[in-house]
Amino acid sequence: MKYIYLIIVLLLVVLTAGCINKNRITGEVAKDIKYIEIKGSDTLLQLVSNMAEAYSSIDSSAKISVTGGGSGGGIAALINDQADIADASREIKSTEIKQANDNGIDVLGFIIARDMVSVTVNENNPVSELTMEQIGKIYKGEITNWKELGGKDQEITLYGRQSSSGTYSFFMEHVLKGDYSTKMRNMDGNQAIIDAVRQDESGIGYVGIGYLVDENGNQVSGINVLKVAKDKDSEYISPLDKEKLPDYTISRPLYQYFANKPVKDSALYNFLTFELSMQGKEIVTKSGFDDITSTDNAHNEELLGKI
Amino acid sequence: MQNYRKQNEGIIEIFFLSVSVIALLILVSIFLFLFITGIKAFTQISLSDFFLGTVWNPTAYGEPTWGILSLIIGTLMVAIGSLIIAIPLGLASAIYLSEIARPEIREIVKPAIEMIAGIPSVVLGLIGLLLLSPLIANIFGLSSGLNALTACIIVAIMVLPTIISISEDVLTSLPKDFREASLALGATKWQMIRMTLLPAGLSGIVAAIMLGLGRAVGETMAVLMVAGNSIAMPTSFFDPIRPMTANIAIEINEVVKGSLHYESLFAIGLVLFVMTFAVNLISDIIIERQVRKYKW
Repeated sequence: MKYIYLIIVLLLVVLTAGCINKNRITGEVAKDIKYIEIKGSDTLLQLVSNMAEAYSSIDSSAKISVTGGGSGGGIAALINDQADIADASREIKSTEIKQANDNGIDVLGFIIARDMVSVTVNENNPVSELTMEQIGKIYKGEITNWKELGGKDQEITLYGRQSSSGTYSFFMEHVLKGDYSTKMRNMDGNQAIIDAVRQDESGIGYVGIGYLVDENGNQVSGINVLKVAKDKDSEYISPLDKEKLPDYTISRPLYQYFANKPVKDSALYNFLTFELSMQGKEIVTKSGFDDITSTDNAHNEELLGKI
Repeated sequence: MQNYRKQNEGIIEIFFLSVSVIALLILVSIFLFLFITGIKAFTQISLSDFFLGTVWNPTAYGEPTWGILSLIIGTLMVAIGSLIIAIPLGLASAIYLSEIARPEIREIVKPAIEMIAGIPSVVLGLIGLLLLSPLIANIFGLSSGLNALTACIIVAIMVLPTIISISEDVLTSLPKDFREASLALGATKWQMIRMTLLPAGLSGIVAAIMLGLGRAVGETMAVLMVAGNSIAMPTSFFDPIRPMTANIAIEINEVVKGSLHYESLFAIGLVLFVMTFAVNLISDIIIERQVRKYKW
């Protein structure tokens, strides 16, 4: 009979062993294990992957994993202690900071790059420029036909991101200043929006500027990028116009957040300083984003001064 | 020696008993986990707001709203729509395979159909997104093919192997006497199938359909990719929909543990669990009856 108990005990051991959570490795405790988990904004995905790749060529022992899932997802992962760095295309909300504090996490962050959100339509759509107000009305469902904007008599099909996306929240708060039309199709990523607008003559979509050019620096085909003006009396500017870029209105800082102070010379610390070095800034512009402004810089120094 | 053997048997018996008890425990604990987490949402959301509200927007610009009615309708549209497509096709294939096809053909076709079940749903989702949805948009003159119809077709493909395979097994396992008696009475082959085999195998076929329904209700990835995921209440199969599964998959990434949004997603999970559990239970009962009827 005693075998039976032995088997049951063994079974329980095996079962519970699977349930025990491995302690998360944070920069705070581990200096030797160079493993960094980065999660968050799809807009930042390409840029941060490039950063990680470049950093790995300097320090080959560092293992950096970069995944998307949206800014909200990244910040939630940071709060739930499932990531070391959260990429975010929006600023962290006060509710999120509170939740982090409740979990004993002090969130720090800095601005890594600037991104322009571009508004795109199908290449056969004659509309080429819109004001911020018009874009807001389109997405709120107040303007529903291209005819009202000087286009064809065609109902507008809205394409946007899912609520876990930072671009979704940023666009809602800075362009719409209200709720999205419930008819908007919620797409899984920037690329999905581009694909949908390419197929849909009546479609309109918003994507990070990094998605407008392919690896060779050519503009992607099948879509038109709208010129956007702050209001009726301002100049209409394309986000592809490098010279006028600082005046483009739908511009936003992109953030990286991390939990607590990274220990000096830990993998996390070294990676973060690499991102802010000249080499890191080169990668920012190469990846199709804009360098951070002087005010962003001041903001960063203030934050990083704490480290 | 005799004693040793007996003891051995006892050990094996207890091992199998503990494995099945563990399976039961897992089911119960999943339910309890869903229930305990999900039920907390109702301390802040009233039941009527939750089940009868039509707008699900927890991350709204203004006041968040928590109505899942349009999500439930989305789930039902996918489930029912896909079955409308899959039942005639599935039943016809099953009849063909069990009664009409030559053995060589069946040897090839049946495994091929069962292999459809092995296609990862994300692959079917991709096919739906890149090939089927533009096609649907073209055929029906729509601006976008990301809608309920596309989702139904994709899910129908996923449900087909279940329906065909089980229905075919049911028909094949009907006693030979049925066929012979029916033909001896002068029935044609079609009359035999229609008037003898289908009624005799009906409960088994219904069970196959119910299992397919369970799959359709629970399918997530492929649906999420092609359904458009709008939160508006759908009015036709050409409207985008957001089924409950897709909604959970989309939003679970962004929620913080313990927040109201997190709990309400578990509440949706609870609703889904109850729905699929009921469907599976009913199909089990029906299969049980069929088994008793003919003692396969």
